[in-house]
Amino acid sequence: MKGYAGKLLEIDLSTGNIKETKVDEAILKDYIGGRGLATKILWDRLGANWDNIDPLGPENLLLFLTGPLTGFFPGGRICVSGKSPQNNGVIGSTVAGEFGIELKCAGYDGLIISGQAERPVYILIKDSEVEIKRADHIWGLDGKRTVATLTKECRKIMEENYPRKGLWKEPAILYIGPAGENLVRIAVVAAKWTHAAGYGGYGAVMGSKRLKAIAVKGTGPLPEVANIDEVMKLTEEVCKHAFENELWRRWGTGTGGYKFGAKTSSEPIRNWQEEWHDEKRYGVDKFENRFWVKSYWGDFGCPTTCLKISVIRDGKFKGAITDNPDYELQAYLGTNLGIFSPEANVYLSALIDDLGLCGIQTGNVMGFAAELFQRGILKAEDLDGIELNWGDVEAFANLAKKIAHKEGIGRILADGTYRAALEIGRRKGVNVLPYAVQVKGVGVGAHGIRSRLDYVDIYGYACSVQCGDHTSVAQMPLDHPGSELMTILLDSGVCCSFNTFELPKIDLLFDFYSAVTGVKLTRSQWIRGGGLKILHLQRAMLLLGGPDVKWKPDIDDDNPPRFYEPLVSGPCKGRIIEREDVRKEKKRYYEAVGWDERGIPKREVLTALGLDDVDKALEKIRKEND
Amino acid sequence: MVVARKKEPIWIARDFSRCSGCRRCEIACSFFHEGKIWPEASRIRVFMLLPGIEVPHFCVQCEDYPCVEACPVKALSISDETGAVLVNSESCTGCGNCIKACPGAVPHIHPEKRVILICDLCGGDPKCVKVCREGGWNALTIVMRRDDSYKLYARTPEDITRDLAAKLYGREARELI
Ligand code: SF4
Ligand code: SF4
Ligand code: SF4
Repeated sequence: MKGYAGKLLEIDLSTGNIKETKVDEAILKDYIGGRGLATKILWDRLGANWDNIDPLGPENLLLFLTGPLTGFFPGGRICVSGKSPQNNGVIGSTVAGEFGIELKCAGYDGLIISGQAERPVYILIKDSEVEIKRADHIWGLDGKRTVATLTKECRKIMEENYPRKGLWKEPAILYIGPAGENLVRIAVVAAKWTHAAGYGGYGAVMGSKRLKAIAVKGTGPLPEVANIDEVMKLTEEVCKHAFENELWRRWGTGTGGYKFGAKTSSEPIRNWQEEWHDEKRYGVDKFENRFWVKSYWGDFGCPTTCLKISVIRDGKFKGAITDNPDYELQAYLGTNLGIFSPEANVYLSALIDDLGLCGIQTGNVMGFAAELFQRGILKAEDLDGIELNWGDVEAFANLAKKIAHKEGIGRILADGTYRAALEIGRRKGVNVLPYAVQVKGVGVGAHGIRSRLDYVDIYGYACSVQCGDHTSVAQMPLDHPGSELMTILLDSGVCCSFNTFELPKIDLLFDFYSAVTGVKLTRSQWIRGGGLKILHLQRAMLLLGGPDVKWKPDIDDDNPPRFYEPLVSGPCKGRIIEREDVRKEKKRYYEAVGWDERGIPKREVLTALGLDDVDKALEKIRKEND
Repeated sequence: MVVARKKEPIWIARDFSRCSGCRRCEIACSFFHEGKIWPEASRIRVFMLLPGIEVPHFCVQCEDYPCVEACPVKALSISDETGAVLVNSESCTGCGNCIKACPGAVPHIHPEKRVILICDLCGGDPKCVKVCREGGWNALTIVMRRDDSYKLYARTPEDITRDLAAKLYGREARELI
């Protein structure tokens, strides 16, 4: 099929074996690439024993997959996946940057990493030359130094190997920070200092394999496409739209820090105790005027360049460099911790980048801890002496470092909000789950649903196969651009969703896919075929879960308890979500996608999709949930 | 070397601190010259030696064209129309002497053929500038080429990155390069 490099690279870190494999066209037609193909590969290779696979054991696989759209549809990304140490299912976690493009230019559609190295290593790929290299000298380094050191080192190696080529451009690098090395479940796989595949916790999986980084340089062209003129024409349409529409272009998502509080009452504040604020000092103008040194920053082929670079040049946070921060981090490393200072927010975001932590999950678990401190459930002595008061940036910075290094209380919080809640509950003899704002092991993104002015669907997180992931929520009708099936297409074609928002031609993405691959695909085919297959498979693997956690749809397909408390402030004060309404909507959604009333994929639907083996595997789940 | 030209040529001015890193110039350049999206075969290459410091690196048409002088087989010439360095790919042996002669080490060998790649100004209608301006980044703009010291811009990505890092991130960031 066109648009693909045609092979995957498999590296076993236990044995050092390296080989190339091909994927059947029939599989690519259904599962595309990225998230979809990752799910299929994981199912085929680990499915039979899924509930016994330890996400942080050598038996887990770590996948880095592009899709046919990577490099062509504007805005380059790569999808990171494996068995997630957060929800124990499969999460497709995409990260922006040039890695996917370099990989395809090197001749590979993706990487499958298995096993576990004895000592820290990194992988250097230059076209078909693949080397596993010692990484003792970079193990322990923060994100900025990791990238800087490897950029120099890899360029030097390539210059030595190919002395007459001229200057070598840097390879693209994916890496982990200290958090990933220490198997922190809320660690990211990072790129370019500030980009991260956050949801899923794959930084910890990478750390468990003792893989510090992967650097790739591909010198070939992107693969041939079916109709290059059509691809170029559609690219121009996407770009033109991005330039004219200006959505995300001017401020990225940075207006959110004020807007989602003041205008839509959907921003997490002090662990979601409130969702409304009117703090104008937290407006995007302050971020822009004080800290932005670059107003448009982006990745391969992107017309939107939604990122902005913030730098603190003096004062106590001098030297902090990060992007934007974007809305999610303005919220989770700001308002959710009671912080309304742009400067403190830039500082914390830069710190989280350096440590290799997920800004969303870390802000979620730190807000959770701070609420327990507010309620007197956790005392300073439980927190290694930290008085975890709302708004205290030094205290939160301290705590973040403890989490990344698993020191003291950090050891518990490093497992993410859900597991931390279980552990703290056990130690204190109190049920603290009501304060855990998470769904099936994944802290929810910074978009509240109580006001219904932002994310409008009250079952969106509860029914998502990626759980708290705000970029992949359930939505009906299934062919709606915001439905999870459509997100699956973006994450499987692997490109940036921001360049698809509000496109005037709603099916442009399908046309694009067809122009690249030469295979005709329509929206209705997708939502009845490949898209639905991937959704069911992800759902099945989520329900199989294990070994340390197992979800009961009856209980766990639900909103965090906090979302059933009425909003306490702002214009939406008093708004509440009724459990009964959620129950009804859930049922409607189950029905729409083909899950039975217990939330388990139906036999006849699985059979029709050709997923009989999945059906068999789900038999025990059906019994457990009877 | 004094060069007489038919019409007043253009120069591509570069404001590195405005570069978004979108690399659309690499796409445009390689597509125009190679018919493919091929970043490594682009005559303009965006170096990112530190994230956020992107340096579009390509020929500046030095006033004295040291690369042309350095070529042992006379594979390089200067276009009378545009002032761009033209490569005769039949005679170029890929020896790399021009890279050494260039103060910015700009030329690079094509990833598949043993032939040097140098910006040819697209015959006077630069594709890279077009996409950069379309996006409003304006890291690349067209100015009339006058009697100015364009060669000052022929510097290595390392040197340029060092300066930009100090400007955007503060002097301390230079230690990372
Ligand atoms: S098109 Fe302009 S902004 Fe984009 S990478 Fe090239 S020089 Fe930079
Ligand atoms: S910049 Fe380099 S390649 Fe261009 S004219 Fe000067 S010496 Fe030649
Ligand atoms: S002017 Fe043309 S040849 Fe020169 S860098 Fe730009 S696109 Fe490439």
